[in-house]
Amino acid sequence: MNTLIAPWIILFTPLAAAAVILFVGRHSKPLSAGLAIGSAAVGCLLSWWLFLQPDPEEVLRFPWIAIGDSWLQMNLSIPIGVTVDHLSKLMLVVVTTIATLVFTYSIGYMKTEEGYWRYFAGLSLFLFSMLGIVLADNFVMMFIFWELVGLSSYILIGHYFRKDSAADACKQAFIVNRVGDFGFLLGILFLWAATGTLMFGDLTSGKGIALFAANPIYLTVACLLIFCGTVGKSAQMPLHVWLPNSMEGPTPVSSLLHAATMVAAGVYLLARIFPILEAAPHALDVIAWIGGITCFAAALMATQQNDIKRILAYSTISQLGYMVLGMASASSADVSMFHLFTHAFFKCLLFLCAGSVIVGMHHEQDIWKMGALKNKMPVTFLIMCIGGLALSGCPFFSGYYSKDLIIAWAVVKYPLLGWLSVATAGLTAFYTVRLLTVVFLGKPRGDQAKHAVESPLVMLVPLACLALPSFIAGYPFIEKLFFHVEEPTAVPHLLHPVLLFLFAVGVVSAFLLYRNAEKDPIFIPLFANRLYIDNLYDWLVKNIQGRGAAVLSWADRWIVDLFIVQIPSKIVWGSGFVLRFFQIGNIQAYAFFFGLGVIGLVHFLIFR
Amino acid sequence: MTQVSPLLFLILVPLVASAFIFVGSSARRTALIASLVNLVFVLALFAVFQTGDASYQFVSSTPVIPSLGIALTLGADGLSLIMLLLTALVTVAAVAVARTPDKNAGWFYASLLFISAGGLGAFASIDLFFFYMFHELALIPTFLLIGIWGSGDRQAAAWKATIYLALGSFVLLLGLIGLYLIQPEGSRTFDLRSVISMAGLGVLGDGTWVYLLLLLGFGILVSLFPFHTWAPQAYASAPPPAAMLHAGVLKKFGLYGLIRIASPILPEAVTQFANLLLILLVGNLLYVGYVTISQRKLDWMLGYSSVMHMGYIFLGFAALNVFSITGASLLLFAHGLSIAALFALSGELRERTGTLDLAEFGGLAKPMPFFGLLFGFASFAAIGLPGFVGFPGELLVFFGAFAGGEPLMDSVNGVEIFALNNFQIATVCAVWGVVISAIYMLRAYRRIFFGPVSDRWKGLPEISGVPRVAIVTLLVVMLVTGFFPNLLIRLLASTSLWL
Repeated sequence: MNTLIAPWIILFTPLAAAAVILFVGRHSKPLSAGLAIGSAAVGCLLSWWLFLQPDPEEVLRFPWIAIGDSWLQMNLSIPIGVTVDHLSKLMLVVVTTIATLVFTYSIGYMKTEEGYWRYFAGLSLFLFSMLGIVLADNFVMMFIFWELVGLSSYILIGHYFRKDSAADACKQAFIVNRVGDFGFLLGILFLWAATGTLMFGDLTSGKGIALFAANPIYLTVACLLIFCGTVGKSAQMPLHVWLPNSMEGPTPVSSLLHAATMVAAGVYLLARIFPILEAAPHALDVIAWIGGITCFAAALMATQQNDIKRILAYSTISQLGYMVLGMASASSADVSMFHLFTHAFFKCLLFLCAGSVIVGMHHEQDIWKMGALKNKMPVTFLIMCIGGLALSGCPFFSGYYSKDLIIAWAVVKYPLLGWLSVATAGLTAFYTVRLLTVVFLGKPRGDQAKHAVESPLVMLVPLACLALPSFIAGYPFIEKLFFHVEEPTAVPHLLHPVLLFLFAVGVVSAFLLYRNAEKDPIFIPLFANRLYIDNLYDWLVKNIQGRGAAVLSWADRWIVDLFIVQIPSKIVWGSGFVLRFFQIGNIQAYAFFFGLGVIGLVHFLIFR
Repeated sequence: MTQVSPLLFLILVPLVASAFIFVGSSARRTALIASLVNLVFVLALFAVFQTGDASYQFVSSTPVIPSLGIALTLGADGLSLIMLLLTALVTVAAVAVARTPDKNAGWFYASLLFISAGGLGAFASIDLFFFYMFHELALIPTFLLIGIWGSGDRQAAAWKATIYLALGSFVLLLGLIGLYLIQPEGSRTFDLRSVISMAGLGVLGDGTWVYLLLLLGFGILVSLFPFHTWAPQAYASAPPPAAMLHAGVLKKFGLYGLIRIASPILPEAVTQFANLLLILLVGNLLYVGYVTISQRKLDWMLGYSSVMHMGYIFLGFAALNVFSITGASLLLFAHGLSIAALFALSGELRERTGTLDLAEFGGLAKPMPFFGLLFGFASFAAIGLPGFVGFPGELLVFFGAFAGGEPLMDSVNGVEIFALNNFQIATVCAVWGVVISAIYMLRAYRRIFFGPVSDRWKGLPEISGVPRVAIVTLLVVMLVTGFFPNLLIRLLASTSLWL
């Protein structure tokens, strides 16, 4: 094995698995699952091995599109190649490790579900696409896999395609992502038009950036367009609406794609182009605002949701907002990558725990029908508490280290947004403890809660495996191994005490409010209805897009058609001469007229 | 020249097969065999084609009217070869999915074969007269197929298409005659190669009006906005094989002609009228795109979507550089295959359900999972998903068009400005078209295949047999060329387009 070939094996093994499952998987459940898990495990082992190797001197690269024209002085070469550097190796490790655990967990979760092979083929396709994003060495290759991730997400969200809600959700996810990709692709065109290159290596080196120096406005616009890709894929406002709806997919999918890895692709993209962003400070300001507002607003919405998975979905949006804010504020991309790293573990864990609860509750997802599950599902409860504490930033849990670091940077560079993100930390503790309290404590609120059962071992073992990193992944010895982060200077002294205080307030208030609640004691329609953003979009799609398109369609038939086709054709109809032949349907007549036309034409040409 | 071009056999095979059908040979089997023979034949031509050679290959010339410079001159370069492959593939698929009609089966299959022969002849012709004539040869059976074997309001549809396409052809003919007349007297010819070299020498007269005639004529044939309303209705009424052959192959003739004739011979006129064309093609992309969204019937939606997609190819042509024209050429191929697959599938769907009204469907992926899979593949191919050949095509068009026109000005009087030229604005619209096409395709897919399945559709039979193989073949070709677009790009790089 060498570092030249290893990335390619990591990349293409899942695609091969997906193809084989597509062809033969329907005949055998163990084969489908085995192939998918096997391919993920191979990728996982190789990724860890690769991580421990020094960065390779050279990589393999294949031409995908190569157009060269010496006469026109135009060249375009788009290779398929890999980047093997610290960033991609780190991401490989995270993606493949979590994928292996979630694939394994899926055996238990999907045991009785339909479309088993379809599910595992989709997961393998997803893994392939995600690894392609991670390894891409140029913008077009990343865009290719970016779209493929959208496709696999579409397939997996739409797994229960006979449910109308799932069918709508997968369509919405794909289209909203395409809206983001619209900007992303334009951004790629802008960068290419200015620099003539698409390679990350060329663009992020000083030479590439220097080319922009002449026109900083252009660079800012290009960066913001590329950031649209992040807004779509990482569910930032205003394109966040698809992520909560994507919870219609099976829970392991929510865990792997819509919490731990795929949605992090947008943040990874920002990390990839970090040197370019640094040269565009105005773009960074916009990015910071989008991240900060998303982070706060999504946390507000999370406090009033009642579906266990949707609470976690809004929490994911909020945490992604932190990462985006971190990209804009910190001096190095590693700060946000650090949070991406810890978040991947604990959010994946939380979703898998939620899946365990849902299976135990016979597919009930409303937290107000649960209650007192700590007695029925003690292992799930214990592990979910670890995840919850990590999420809410409890000291000595992983999230505490990574999130506080982002907040510190944000407070220094963007004080207003920084303190907003401090407030968000309190909200995070509040909604997390609300979730845990309502689900696991109090009294059972229904028959399903009374008869809930603990999940099988094949689901609990991956949970346990994730619990450890959720706890320790933020500790300095691990941080030093994976990252090179530093604290900002001149952090306000009050910051850490305030964060601790807000954490305590969030935990205690949620515990007291929800300990014995039968139904939600607080009702804030604005938050429960997700700031009415979804309603706004529904209205826009129905009234502006739908009616506008209908008007155009009417115009096409009655105006364009009338003036350009109907009236001229009516004039010819009026002669009534040719009409007869259509009514008779006489083929010989047509042939005769065709022949006549040819003769007339030749005649015209010769004797004109 | 004594040598006979192998391309002549390619054209003759369907014609001879039609003759066999008329003397009593089994219509469907003969047509299928002939189309398969042609496919193998085209693949053999690919094998012997010299990629490094920029001139036409397999050339033969038979003078027909020497005094006018008309000769049956056949030849192929990379672009023609790609179009020949497209024609051969779509013909096989169209014949394969065709349902033999009760009456006049012989005429039905012969019409399909004539369309194929016309398409092959047009793409293999170097002589502009025959280029035109072969296309006419293909149009007549198209009208017959719609008017006689069509569905719905077939006579009105056939009539509208006839008037429209006849008008387009007539304007095109005037344009070609104009191209003939601007050549210096004494050396006038219809041989494309000679005209191109004359253009290179600068001996042609003013070609502005010729270009406008060509643009209008070809534009009507390709359903350029606002001359597009015949297309959806004709495709909705046409029997599926006819819609496949026309939307997949024949409609490409107009764009192929513009790329072949206008870009090497009249580049100044193309540049001069670029803004006009940009406005019209944005009409195709956005206006027709939104009209597509509001369609309630699958066949109308597919018809409009094919009109919309022509906008990308026009954009590639208008930008007139090596990237954009390479991309446009890839899209000719990609769109031909994907729309043929979609019309084939919608025909199969109508055959099973008797309707194409989107509101009546739901949950069909349950009774017909493989059908749903194929339709999904074809839909994603049509909306330019990476992995299918449409994606590199669209991508290259975007790159080429974004680099088209005058370069950006960095500053005016020392003040930095940010501006886009018209090509770049059109590119922005075209990239938004990618979102529009996702909306209408996925909406249709969701309505047909997802959601609860009603009792009415529970017993629908799965797609099987010859049609299944044919559609899978189309999809596999799109995947292979999508994964390895350089297979086609290498051929295009050595065409005579860039001379």
